[in-house]
Amino acid sequence: MINVPTILWIDEEGRIARPNDVAFGSNDFKEMTGIDSELHLERLRAWVRGEGPAMTPEETRAVQTLPTAAEQEARAEFTLAWWLSQRGHAEDAESHYVRAGELAPHDFTIRRGSMLIRGLDPMGEDFMKIVNEWTEAGNAFYRPIEPVSAS
Amino acid sequence: MPTLTLLHDGRVDEISVADLARPTISPEQVESLLGWELKPEGLCKGYMCIPVDQDDLVREDGLDLRVLADALQRPLVTEEKHAVASLGASHHDRAEALDSLDAPDFTLPDLAGNLHSLSDERGKKVLLVAYASW
Repeated sequence: MINVPTILWIDEEGRIARPNDVAFGSNDFKEMTGIDSELHLERLRAWVRGEGPAMTPEETRAVQTLPTAAEQEARAEFTLAWWLSQRGHAEDAESHYVRAGELAPHDFTIRRGSMLIRGLDPMGEDFMKIVNEWTEAGNAFYRPIEPVSAS
Repeated sequence: MPTLTLLHDGRVDEISVADLARPTISPEQVESLLGWELKPEGLCKGYMCIPVDQDDLVREDGLDLRVLADALQRPLVTEEKHAVASLGASHHDRAEALDSLDAPDFTLPDLAGNLHSLSDERGKKVLLVAYASW
């Protein structure tokens, strides 16, 4: 899980029927995100009513993003940084938060999720700075598994 | 002997180490905390064994934690000043678990403090939504 919102469908047997994806519950942020919520909601309703399929296991595996060694190291760094922060060692935690972000620059649950505890603004300029750096380098902030852009 | 706090698998454990700069862990703790047993053929869990150079791994005061982490393909990051280390999960293990398509179980409290596990919902379709208020 590298950003929010992230959704996941799980079937009656506890199996992943649609892997981690970007989907909003409404179009309140459509202008900002460019993502229309309706496609996912239509598919979700159809799946719940038994009128439409979830993905097959093969389709699910084909679009599932599996963790890399760098992402796992980033999570270990984040765990250490969080532990230090919680014990009042903010200065010593900082280099570990930074390293986590370097290892997984696309992981905004780490980068944005650590901002408040680091004294940075996760809703303001500090956040926009990292988003702009990321998108200006040609990367998408939201990466849905299929095109759901608002027209 | 100094104590190292080891963060791993959602747990916090204390292990005694001779040298915080190059921490070691006893074979008994490797087995009780991490589930791996050191045998002549390597590090073993059940019927699976990972070959490992025991000249590198085994030291006078225990098993070298860095060599062990490398052998298990688990990231290890440390903060010597506070005697703490974080042993992450192997990306191979995580990928294998996700590739199975079995949703990993978890338990979280609701706003009233009541605990809910994903497995409680077995028999129903579940939409899991992660959001944040930051």
